[in-house]
Amino acid sequence: MPRSPLPGFRLALGLTLAYLGVIVLLPLAALVLETRGMGAARFIAVVTGDRALAAFRITVLAALAATALNAILGLALAWALVRYEFPGKRLLDALVDVPFALPTAVAGVALTALFAGNGWYGSVLEPLGVKVAYAPLGIVVAMAFTSLPFVVRSVQPVLQDLTGDYEEAAETLGAGPWRIFRSVLFPEIFPAFLAGCSLAFARSLGEFGAVIFIAGNQPFRTEIAALLVFIRLEEYDYQTAAAIATVLLAAAFLMLLVTNAIQLWRLRYGRPS
Amino acid sequence: MSRQARPRVGDSLLARTLIIGAAVSIAALLIGGPLAVIFSEAFRAGFGPYLENLATPDTRHAILLTVATALVAVPVNTAFGIAAAWAIAKFEFRGKGLLTALIELPFSVSPIVAGVAYLFVYGAQGWLGPWLLDHGIKVMFAYPAIVLASLFVTAPFVAREILPLMQAQGSAEEEAALTLGASGWRTLWSVTLPNIRWALLYGVVLTNARVMGEFGAVSVVSGNIRGVTNTLPLQIELLYHDYNSAGAFAAATVLAAIALLTIVAKIIVERNEPARAG
Repeated sequence: MPRSPLPGFRLALGLTLAYLGVIVLLPLAALVLETRGMGAARFIAVVTGDRALAAFRITVLAALAATALNAILGLALAWALVRYEFPGKRLLDALVDVPFALPTAVAGVALTALFAGNGWYGSVLEPLGVKVAYAPLGIVVAMAFTSLPFVVRSVQPVLQDLTGDYEEAAETLGAGPWRIFRSVLFPEIFPAFLAGCSLAFARSLGEFGAVIFIAGNQPFRTEIAALLVFIRLEEYDYQTAAAIATVLLAAAFLMLLVTNAIQLWRLRYGRPS
Repeated sequence: MSRQARPRVGDSLLARTLIIGAAVSIAALLIGGPLAVIFSEAFRAGFGPYLENLATPDTRHAILLTVATALVAVPVNTAFGIAAAWAIAKFEFRGKGLLTALIELPFSVSPIVAGVAYLFVYGAQGWLGPWLLDHGIKVMFAYPAIVLASLFVTAPFVAREILPLMQAQGSAEEEAALTLGASGWRTLWSVTLPNIRWALLYGVVLTNARVMGEFGAVSVVSGNIRGVTNTLPLQIELLYHDYNSAGAFAAATVLAAIALLTIVAKIIVERNEPARAG
């Protein structure tokens, strides 16, 4: 029993558990149990079917590419926001939150309008042979947009807390700027950086709204796994939809475990800030 | 922020110019561009047509349905967030880490997966769907399902904003209030909530933005019935696929404006609570 003089433990915990049970766990249990009716052999056949495999491959590859892009862009943004003073810095900081606040469907139509052949970006890129809208690259752009803030917001506070002592010591010992970054600064921000990347990757795996507008949604080419679930549902093929959705759910659990493991590692080996 | 006198890594003019230039270009192209194109497309034909697009019956109905969803989902998830944060921040118990992870679970689950999961509970073949239908309660492809899906997707937001703050503040003030004879509810209302008011406000605003903008989960459970169960994001999709680009972007400006207001709220909150972490 909790040793606290405050009241309300049973009520607060009871409400929390009951609510999570009804709103979160009950539906997820119903989804997973729906696949039990089909048997293991059929489940495996369904989720390793040609179209499903192609959808998983496209989803994972695009999410990896988007995360790699965000790792670089996010680091540059966090670095600029913490280490430099320049006009418009506050505006830049606020802009980083836009992808979290903007509904994914709105992001989807906006990105499609920008990158379509007659759009502001598309009209420049397509003559150069770079096709983004209705192509695999569009999926990467949409995923990168919706998960852009994760790396920035993970790295920013850690970069902020660096005191500069190690940096100074390294410089006294004769290390150049690149060496100091590689051997002193980057190891310090690495756990936070990794946590941000894993959050961005998890978000990209499940992204739907922003992607379906720009992707073109051709089976085997630009069809993501979440969309295939949706298509199977519309065909009333509920078991297949449940099976593919269960794989996505398992991936989400796995990413949650990875992210939590990174956070624990951070707490254990990171410098107390 | 105090500027440090000693030179630091990346302080050379070349590094500064390159990194600031890169950061500003990324933000302008990847974030500023999409925002600008929404308003540019919406107002392409001028202000009059823009208003006409917003005033079409289906879009008006979508706006009302979206507001009606938020009016239920936001207070419910606010109450949940406060209850969860109270239990986790003020007490020690076994399984606390697991509970915290469970609250964050909806963040990692694809909205499509959430929508499908609800179908297997409340749909015609679901666990509860047939029984509910026999008793004249239609959940799936109707308003209740839209609210339920929104509750799932936004469950973590309030708890996540206020929990770190409540943990950092401890329980000393609450204990003092109780010693002075205040009831538990009075303590929550007059001591705890005022202490976390800015974080709570931001959690509520963020929940609201996410409820109003939720697309994937609602798309599965609403049935997409034109003028009946279309929320604003679904209406945007419908107009867009009808090649009514002006109408779609007019509807999109409403949600974009809510997103921008959410960010303004965040700035106000951070200004009032400079010690807030994250």
